Amino acid sequence: MSQIDEKTLTKIAKLARIRMTASELSDSAVQLSRIFDWIEQLQKVDTEGVEEMSGVGNRVMRMRTDEVTSGDEREAVLANAPQKAFDCFVVPKVIE
Amino acid sequence: MSELNKLTLHEARNGLKNKDFSAVDLTKSYIQACEKYKKLNAFITETHEIALKQARESDKVLSGKGRPGLLEGIPIGIKDLFCTKGTLTTAASKMLGNFIPPYESTVTANLFARGAVMIGKTSMDEFAMGSANITSHYGNVINPWKRSGDNKDLVPGGSSGGSASAVSAFMCAGALGSDTGGSIRQPCAFTGIVGMKPTYGRCSRWGMVAYASSLDQAGVMARSVQDSAIMLESIAGFDEKDSTSANIPVPHWEKEIKTDVKGLRIGIPREYNVKSLPEDIKALWEKGTMWLKDAGAEIVEISLPNTEYALPTYYIIAPAEASSNLARYDGVRYGHRTTNDIASIDDMYEKTRAEGFGAEVKTRIMMGTYVLSHGYYDAYYKKAQKVRRLIAEDFRKVFEKVDAILTPTTPIAPFPIGERTDDPVSMYINDLLVVPASLAGLPAMSVPAGLNSEGLPLGLQIIGNAFDEQTVFNIGSAIEEAADFKATPEGF
Repeated sequence: MSQIDEKTLTKIAKLARIRMTASELSDSAVQLSRIFDWIEQLQKVDTEGVEEMSGVGNRVMRMRTDEVTSGDEREAVLANAPQKAFDCFVVPKVIE
Repeated sequence: MSELNKLTLHEARNGLKNKDFSAVDLTKSYIQACEKYKKLNAFITETHEIALKQARESDKVLSGKGRPGLLEGIPIGIKDLFCTKGTLTTAASKMLGNFIPPYESTVTANLFARGAVMIGKTSMDEFAMGSANITSHYGNVINPWKRSGDNKDLVPGGSSGGSASAVSAFMCAGALGSDTGGSIRQPCAFTGIVGMKPTYGRCSRWGMVAYASSLDQAGVMARSVQDSAIMLESIAGFDEKDSTSANIPVPHWEKEIKTDVKGLRIGIPREYNVKSLPEDIKALWEKGTMWLKDAGAEIVEISLPNTEYALPTYYIIAPAEASSNLARYDGVRYGHRTTNDIASIDDMYEKTRAEGFGAEVKTRIMMGTYVLSHGYYDAYYKKAQKVRRLIAEDFRKVFEKVDAILTPTTPIAPFPIGERTDDPVSMYINDLLVVPASLAGLPAMSVPAGLNSEGLPLGLQIIGNAFDEQTVFNIGSAIEEAADFKATPEGF
């Protein structure tokens, strides 16, 4: 059984940067425990010596030449910014 | 001119070529249908002004001023996760509720280069996470089909539910969808239309809002197999901007379609005959097998032994990739940002994400963060990646013996909105039979093949070998011919 307690979930919510209320956390604990109980069946599969599969197709990333392909797009880049000033994104103060 | 919207895409194309009507006439007929069936809530953004402008351009081309593209003057619905330059693109999330892309996705750029007309951006499950289209920030999408003698609204399936409803209700000639774990095939089965997910790498993912990048693949939804081939041909192709894009030429699928399946070896996987499979779906599967056998195909019983593990594998891999992909929504560069008081940048991130994401998206981000976190990574994420290999290997071995695989698309028929919501796993089961091909990156189609006892459409799934979409189109069109599926939702 994979019981996911609220303490673990509090940590996960912090890692995921999602603020959750106490009741959301307890609902989520019940729901995730249910899902992971079901997922637990994977442990039955014998995967000894099996290589992990991270994707389909080309295993080697294609390289491209190191050259500038675009630029001078400041306006487009900033067009959707929730807050901007002096052609920069604005965020709350991050250094004391 | 009435009912132009009822034509299939290739009929409409012929009509335009023969000047029986103009692209503007055709577009207006679809706009009328969109106005009339607003209650289905299939679109998040209607782009009728853009559509008329594009149609006028197409009419110029069709009158001899240029070479008409494959989709010249044809009105198409676009799932709202393809970035369209200058047109709101939300992925059905509050998080992107104000996002106007400054660039065009490769797939939609290809579509427009072939002359397509954009009728609107279709609704979907939020960030493509869902299989009933009940997680959209913009409300539930409604299936145009109803059970006979019952007026309850049914789900259209998901995540490409808006596209499915729009095509099924004649609000566009075809639509773009995306498939991560069945999100094209499953809603197409639920709405009685054709859906094609190509091989992973066929269509560029550039400019497509990401859910799970090793699985996400664009595809098409239409009212005939031929239409789906025309559309796929229009959007597929190599793209420098997507590192997983396959650098191989796009075949002329439409021209090459043959309904002759003589000598083809069709695999029937015994593991897809799950205990919960209803009798009518089982019977339809048998009927489909007989159609192909009668047409001269060789039926081969096959085994894909790890099938039952596909769904739990998917629910580790997809959320893991999602938790990483959706980390970009931080309220800094675009999208929603909290307007509540904030004490720090972390506080801003946490409130922004709590407000911007819906419940299902939060659940999947939490699942993904959990399986990638210290202490659980090996037990869950690595384990799932290994099982994914076994599932892909099952297919590889089987394709040494068969040319394609035939299965039902879904283990259930469309159900009323609100049902199957008590337990998340009972909703995930909708995708039981479509997820394995997604994990293996194989091309797969759903083709409508009959109605159940309640008068609801059911689909058959054809899974092909990697980059052999042609065989899938061929078998799909043989089934289409044998099934002679002419039913349409009542009142549309």
